[in-house]
Amino acid sequence: MSTATVENLPEVVAPEPFWTRQRRLGLALILIGGLAAVLFGSLAPGEDARFTLSEDSEGAALSIDGQFGAILFGLLAAAAGGVLFAGLAKRWSNALLSAGILAFVLSFLCWQVAGEFMPLVDTTDGTLQLALPLILGALAGVLGERSGVVNVAIEGQFLMGAFGGALIGTMAGSVWAGLISAAIGGVIIAAILAVLSIRYLVDQTVVGMVLNLFALGITGFLYERLMQPDAQTYNQPPQMPEWRIPGLADIPVIGPVLFEANLLVWIALALVVLIHFGLSRTRWGLRTRAVGEHPTAADTVGIRVRGLRYLNVLLGGVVAGIGGAYFTLVATGSFTKNMTAGAGFIALAALIFGRFTPVGAFGAALFFGFAQKLATYLGAIESPVPSQFLNMLPYLATLIAVAGLVGRVRAPAADGLPYVKG
Amino acid sequence: MTGFLRRLWSANNVTLTFLSMILAVIIGAVLIIISDADVLAKFGYFTARPSDALNASWLLVATAYGDLLKGALGDPAVFSAWFAGTATWQQALTPLSETLTYAAPLVFTGLSVALAFRGGLFNIGAQGQAVLGCLAAGVAGFTFGLPIVLNLIVALVAGVVGGALWGFIPGFLKARTGAHEVITTIMLNYTAGLFLSWLVIQKGVQAPGRTDAISKSVAESAMLPSPGGVLRVHLGIILAVLVTVGVAWLLNRSAFGFELRAVGSNPHAAKTAGISVSKTYVLLMAIAGGLAGLGGAVQVLGTAHALTPAVAGNIGFDGLLVALLGRNRPWSTFFAALLFGALRAGGNRMQSFSGISLELVTVLQALIVIFIAAPALVKAIFRLRAARAAGLGASLAKG
Repeated sequence: MSTATVENLPEVVAPEPFWTRQRRLGLALILIGGLAAVLFGSLAPGEDARFTLSEDSEGAALSIDGQFGAILFGLLAAAAGGVLFAGLAKRWSNALLSAGILAFVLSFLCWQVAGEFMPLVDTTDGTLQLALPLILGALAGVLGERSGVVNVAIEGQFLMGAFGGALIGTMAGSVWAGLISAAIGGVIIAAILAVLSIRYLVDQTVVGMVLNLFALGITGFLYERLMQPDAQTYNQPPQMPEWRIPGLADIPVIGPVLFEANLLVWIALALVVLIHFGLSRTRWGLRTRAVGEHPTAADTVGIRVRGLRYLNVLLGGVVAGIGGAYFTLVATGSFTKNMTAGAGFIALAALIFGRFTPVGAFGAALFFGFAQKLATYLGAIESPVPSQFLNMLPYLATLIAVAGLVGRVRAPAADGLPYVKG
Repeated sequence: MTGFLRRLWSANNVTLTFLSMILAVIIGAVLIIISDADVLAKFGYFTARPSDALNASWLLVATAYGDLLKGALGDPAVFSAWFAGTATWQQALTPLSETLTYAAPLVFTGLSVALAFRGGLFNIGAQGQAVLGCLAAGVAGFTFGLPIVLNLIVALVAGVVGGALWGFIPGFLKARTGAHEVITTIMLNYTAGLFLSWLVIQKGVQAPGRTDAISKSVAESAMLPSPGGVLRVHLGIILAVLVTVGVAWLLNRSAFGFELRAVGSNPHAAKTAGISVSKTYVLLMAIAGGLAGLGGAVQVLGTAHALTPAVAGNIGFDGLLVALLGRNRPWSTFFAALLFGALRAGGNRMQSFSGISLELVTVLQALIVIFIAAPALVKAIFRLRAARAAGLGASLAKG
């Protein structure tokens, strides 16, 4: 009797609110695209903006009139926003959003580069290099957070890695010994983090922040006691060599960046792929995600929750420590006090902006690396745009992302919660 | 008597704090020894003549920590010179003055973090809020040119407002969208730092005739009064006492304090009881931000007198440690700030007299807080409640 009435009910569809995520994003893109077309277009001089395919002003180049380009790309950004706003092509909304942001960046570049030139090889190379520690740091974060351990100590792991790499690298006279010691340096911080948060159940964020200060203090202390008085013996690590793969290195732009590079570039790229497939395709990955989302359920089916968390945090320490090696073994030839200067927190930002996934974190790290590279480039051509504001970009972008203006970022459900059996 | 001893040797807060400090000091001593080449060389023939290595280590560590104490509390030699009439009282009191000078801003940032903690929020943003406080107080201090007392008050209030604004943002985002305050405040810290480093090199802010990043000096009428001379201590420490009284009242006696403690212990229960959780979060973060901003203002108006990109130093992050050490209670936080100020003042003397890097102080501070935060670890190391003297000796060797 009652079943009959249920079956006769018409299907109820919840009315979709007018201001969906697509609409809001679309409106925002229309506004900034229009602003770019008007503002950048009126400010840009009518001279050619040259994007050369080499490291300097010579050789083949992509060239466009600055004013025309600024207006064109501004309008393209607005058009992408328009499509989003109209509610068309819903399946492609993320691609449209990316295209819109890219067009906005291009419009900005046309304004800035007009009358100047931007060497693409140098820009791409600098972006990747600056992104390297961010990629590795964010991957370390992915490993920890997907299994439910918040890691805000990436900065501390970077510092210990950079310090260990410089110290042991110099004393052993070998860059590979330096690289291994950097990994060990990262693991030391990771081990303290793991023991305190997993075994002693201390608040993970608190431990992480205190460990950052601890790493800052201990590396600064040993730097002033050992390295500063005797840099020759303790602080002149050999630099990581650049290897060239013949043939592939001759591809324009990408070749010199990817195939004439130091080992760290390949390690980082390989780890992105490895962790991506590891998390989504292997037994370890499934267990890691289970432990991060619902540890009680994972425990019930026989997964060792604490053991897996220890493993992942320590692996993260290795990865972040190698990221720290970038600072002393690749970027500069020596350690200085607090040399990472907040890079660990940009890596954290990349992790969150990349929605706790390896590929997302990789993309976010590249984006933030590009922002940093652009800041130095604009400084070099004496642009009126202050570099400080470009350097704020990673932080502001993450702020917008976590505030849910561009789709809510969802952390693993058990992230930050210690697991107590019973 | 044995009952008293057993209680003393149990895991109460005082004992834990004390043992944490002991552990930190021991690890610090090990660091001092292993980073000294001369002493290490003596350890090379340790089995032949152990007394050499042990004496040298003891001398090194005792001198370093002795200088730390003298720099924090006072040098007995200078005190006796004062009584003999060969030194002034100002010279004798300089170490105490330094301790209070370093402690004053930490009281505010520590209270900021502690208050937020009690409401269930982890305010890592004290650093950024202090930077905004510095910035607002500094700009107000050299812009308005008001008469004497008014100028100081306006500059202090500007600092509070600046910090409160920077605290309001994460509170608002948390209440409206659920964005986690740890992440938003970390991002705001660096945004504030970059904004300050941009601002100090702008025309009208940068000191005339300077090419480096330093702003104009704040007007004399906006500075916190100080005895002057070698004594750098200023009115900020009195202000810190008053604010601690205020925060203690707010937390323990006021209606809002009750609400924030309720939200902090269980937001769902508080909501059921009719307390607006989101309103509490926003107001709490704004107040916490205001406190940290006041800390920044005290730093600029009392000690630095001009803005530089690093004017706020590390006072926000140190405030974090101070609050953890003070277990988020107002008066304990106040005394924790005094301890940190003493360590910092003593560290300066240790650096210049014994040549031990000031960074050792950061290590000590972090270690103390790590042990405080993990009471189970300290209990395990000292076998608390086991009350066996042999157990203590055995585990000390490990530490």
